[in-house]
Amino acid sequence: MTIGTGVGEIDRRLLMDRSVPGRKAFTLPESDVPTQELPDASLLRDDIELPEVSQLDVIRYFSVLSQLNFSIDTNFYPLGSCTMKYNPKINDELASLPGLADIHPLQPGSTVQGAIRLLKDLQDDLGEITGLPGVSLTPLAGAQGEYSGLLIARAYHQARHDVERKVAIIPDSAHGTNPASAAMAGLEVVTVRSDDQGNVDVENLRELADSRTAVFMLTIPSTLGLFEPNILEITKIIHDAGGLVYADGANLNALLGLVKLGDLGVDICHSNLHKTFSTPHGGGGPGSGPVLVTAELAGFLPKPVAEKTGNGYVLATPANSIGAINGFHGSFSIAARAFAYIRALGLEGLRSVSENAIIGANYIQAGLRDRYDLAADRYCMHETVLSASRQKKRGVSGLDIAKRLLDFGIHAPTMYFPLIVDEALMVEPTESESKETLDHFIAVMRQIDDEIDTAPELIHEAPHDLASTRLDEATAARRPVLRWSAE
Amino acid sequence: MYPDDLKYSKEHEWVRMEGNIAQIGVTVFAQDSLGDVVFIDLPDVGTEVGQFEKFGEIESVKAVSDLFSPIAGTIVDANSAAIDNPETVNTDPYGSGWLIKVEISDPPQLDELMDAETYEATLE
Amino acid sequence: MASSVNHPYIPSTDLERAKMLGAIGVESLDDLIGDIPVEHRHPRLNLAPGLSEQELATEFSAIAAENASSSNGYISFLGAGAYRHYIPSTVRSILQRGEFVTAYTPYQPEVAQGTLQAGFEFQTIICQLTGMEVANAGMYDGPTAFAEACLMAARITRRTRIGVLATADARLPETLIAYSKYQDIELIEIEPGATDIPDDLACISIQSPNFFGEIEDVGRLTEMAHENGALSVVHVNPTALGLFRPPGDFDVDIVTAEGQPLGVPLAFGGPYVGLFACKMAHVRQMPGRIIGETTDSRGRTGYVLTLQTREQHIRRERATSNICTSTQLIGLMVTVFVATLGKQGMKDLAKLCYQKAHYAAAEIDRLDGFLVESSGSGTAYFHEFVVRCPGSPAAINAALLERKIIGGLDISDRSDNGMLVCVTETSLKADIDMFVVALGEIGAAQ
Repeated sequence: MTIGTGVGEIDRRLLMDRSVPGRKAFTLPESDVPTQELPDASLLRDDIELPEVSQLDVIRYFSVLSQLNFSIDTNFYPLGSCTMKYNPKINDELASLPGLADIHPLQPGSTVQGAIRLLKDLQDDLGEITGLPGVSLTPLAGAQGEYSGLLIARAYHQARHDVERKVAIIPDSAHGTNPASAAMAGLEVVTVRSDDQGNVDVENLRELADSRTAVFMLTIPSTLGLFEPNILEITKIIHDAGGLVYADGANLNALLGLVKLGDLGVDICHSNLHKTFSTPHGGGGPGSGPVLVTAELAGFLPKPVAEKTGNGYVLATPANSIGAINGFHGSFSIAARAFAYIRALGLEGLRSVSENAIIGANYIQAGLRDRYDLAADRYCMHETVLSASRQKKRGVSGLDIAKRLLDFGIHAPTMYFPLIVDEALMVEPTESESKETLDHFIAVMRQIDDEIDTAPELIHEAPHDLASTRLDEATAARRPVLRWSAE
Repeated sequence: MYPDDLKYSKEHEWVRMEGNIAQIGVTVFAQDSLGDVVFIDLPDVGTEVGQFEKFGEIESVKAVSDLFSPIAGTIVDANSAAIDNPETVNTDPYGSGWLIKVEISDPPQLDELMDAETYEATLE
Repeated sequence: MASSVNHPYIPSTDLERAKMLGAIGVESLDDLIGDIPVEHRHPRLNLAPGLSEQELATEFSAIAAENASSSNGYISFLGAGAYRHYIPSTVRSILQRGEFVTAYTPYQPEVAQGTLQAGFEFQTIICQLTGMEVANAGMYDGPTAFAEACLMAARITRRTRIGVLATADARLPETLIAYSKYQDIELIEIEPGATDIPDDLACISIQSPNFFGEIEDVGRLTEMAHENGALSVVHVNPTALGLFRPPGDFDVDIVTAEGQPLGVPLAFGGPYVGLFACKMAHVRQMPGRIIGETTDSRGRTGYVLTLQTREQHIRRERATSNICTSTQLIGLMVTVFVATLGKQGMKDLAKLCYQKAHYAAAEIDRLDGFLVESSGSGTAYFHEFVVRCPGSPAAINAALLERKIIGGLDISDRSDNGMLVCVTETSLKADIDMFVVALGEIGAAQ
């Protein structure tokens, strides 16, 4: 028998391997109605293979699993473009109130006035923040919001009988969902270059914008964490060519109270409630990606949109709606959390969020610029993109650095994105983190840089002390095992 | 690294001629850029392919690349051993990691390809 | 610079900000945001000042109190795609763990083994319930999973026409239309009982139990699809799979479902989770995230996202789908729910729903003026059925509401004076009897 050492001795057996026939974790009440005849046996399943474990087994197993995760609650998580800020616990509590959690989406409107009013108020607040008053909260994630935005653009051009507009101009620095969504919307993707400062190459854009341009998709601030200095000129070029400007609002955390997208010539944007507005990321969702548009485009929004009428609130279908892009009304309990967040911060609080996010990212940039190349040599917004190209020449890649950070309890920054930066490491601290945490991160990054010369094997074999060390992703893809099986 | 007896395309494919059958694969540079190859998608025998046209895809864990035929012709064989064991493209790219065999339709196209020295120079 | 406020969610103080600005080498924030056009900087926003937590809680209690739910004495017989079930305490307990709730997508697998292993269990459970070979880690919801399944069938067969059985919930083809609007896809409606289909369909897509609650002949329809070179796509109710034959028994190609009934609160429509499973032969065309088992450098079993080259962050415009963030945490609710109910519990749950629904149907059918076709017609159904009412369901529902009963969905647009009634294990016999009495009294007054 071996003596347990803690981390190394975690019981990772799968549920089916823990199952013992006859064990149960739950009982249901007996039926209180007269017995009803079952259908013909040919319609019924013979048996079902599912776990048989005790209730303590369930609690212990999933509790132990949770402890294998890094999370915002337990670790600094400077993932660029993900805005891993504190998820306030009061938001989870309030969204779980029975009057909000136990209501069916198809209940008569008169029985859910509180819910619809919450949606309307959130629509109004998001419209106010972005300067784009037409809002639908139905998209279930940023990618759905983005796709909705593109459908709206196409519907707008078609309504004006401008049917040849089928091109989406997208910067080479864009997130992968942008061209994926454009392709789904039947748009041809044309790439515009970035200049060596990470800005959209305005002359290249001027060449590309023409009568076939349906939409220009811009992330603002960009995926390099930079605000387009030529934004007014850019939106003018697109509008002069008859196209619409779509802004990917993933990086909205830099702009709250500092500028309105609508004032800059943006026609359509989406926001990520699970980034800017603190709703939990959940290990990969659920998210919420509201789509926001100018008043002129509001008639095309996906249904439903919450509206205030003479005697209450209703869920309505806009006049020229692109239709329903999913089942019901969007992620209501996520919307409830975001609304609680906005109400808790208020006007001054939201402005402070962006101010501190920007200061924190620049502080990290200032503390590391002598050791790590910057993607662009200028002040950043809420995130800074470093390049590990100097380190790569000395034998250590961005990936290695990311893995070594895990040993210090710090989640790696976003890696290898944007694609136009070599060995990119995108760092977004958010306003939730204290100066001590930022100082610690700077010190650790400097230490890792030293280790390249003094102890490179520490970096190449990182991480060392976690429940898993580097995992064999090649074998996982070559010979996929995608579920438990009996052998 | 780049055998002298092969011809090379700028899309990092190599060609070995056996009579009028071209055996085609990807170079050491290609498999190194991709990383561990996990999946290869090759065409059916009988498919016609044009010069520098896409004939398939090669995937690693983190990337996917199109495969372009350096010469035009008809596919007469696809390496099912490489499909079953994609790692051979990494370990033996010029040997058992070959991808397709093409019966070529236009021999002068071979002259448009690079020799080993020229190809290697393009990699710097 | 004094414009930042002190707030519990923002730790930096004025002094710390001043130090940081000094280290950066600037005087104030305005020096950092020089690229924002000055005429548009610092706009006036019409937002209320921030609230303390106590004030926030008071405001939300008032919002919640305006909604009718079981917490203020209402009973409901609404289904139609979202279902009221009891959620075990284990689900709520595990879902409070911040390590699950506030973790990111598991792109760094070494520090996300909790999320990844739980997701692997989710995939296993979906396969076990549906009888299919492989499942993904979840989609946005049932209807989008259905839409993605139809598009996947189109890619695999290289055909562009999708056949949808007419008995499906309208939201399913509606979502497919939104997803395929600018792609070369055509929707054909297939009549129930059809004995042949066009020979150029990519798939026959079936909902079973269908919108009206009845079990479809999945085996026959699948055979017909395969005979014509088409795939079979079936959208199921996962609770029903505790009792009824799973689609895997019928050689179905792709299975989708709304996962909400398995431990997810109704929450006015979301967030939910789409279930998606298929044959192993089609795995490379399956959208969404997939978790695979592997080993680490010390030989220990671990889990990673795999087959990622199908996804948007690599293939960009050639991706199988644009899906990025989906619904991992809701998938965790489903996993804990099914692990808790277990083999026997899932069987018992399905039986309870069946028994209560069939009892209610029989009682309603006996009322003057009311007709439940499924009751006694020999067509199998699970926990939903259509009631033909003596008058407009809207008027009947208004009267029921006065008695704090939320009636079934008014489906008179698809079925004359039809009301779609759903009964689950959460309905006590006393509730059902009260509903039946109310219907009888209201119906007599029509």
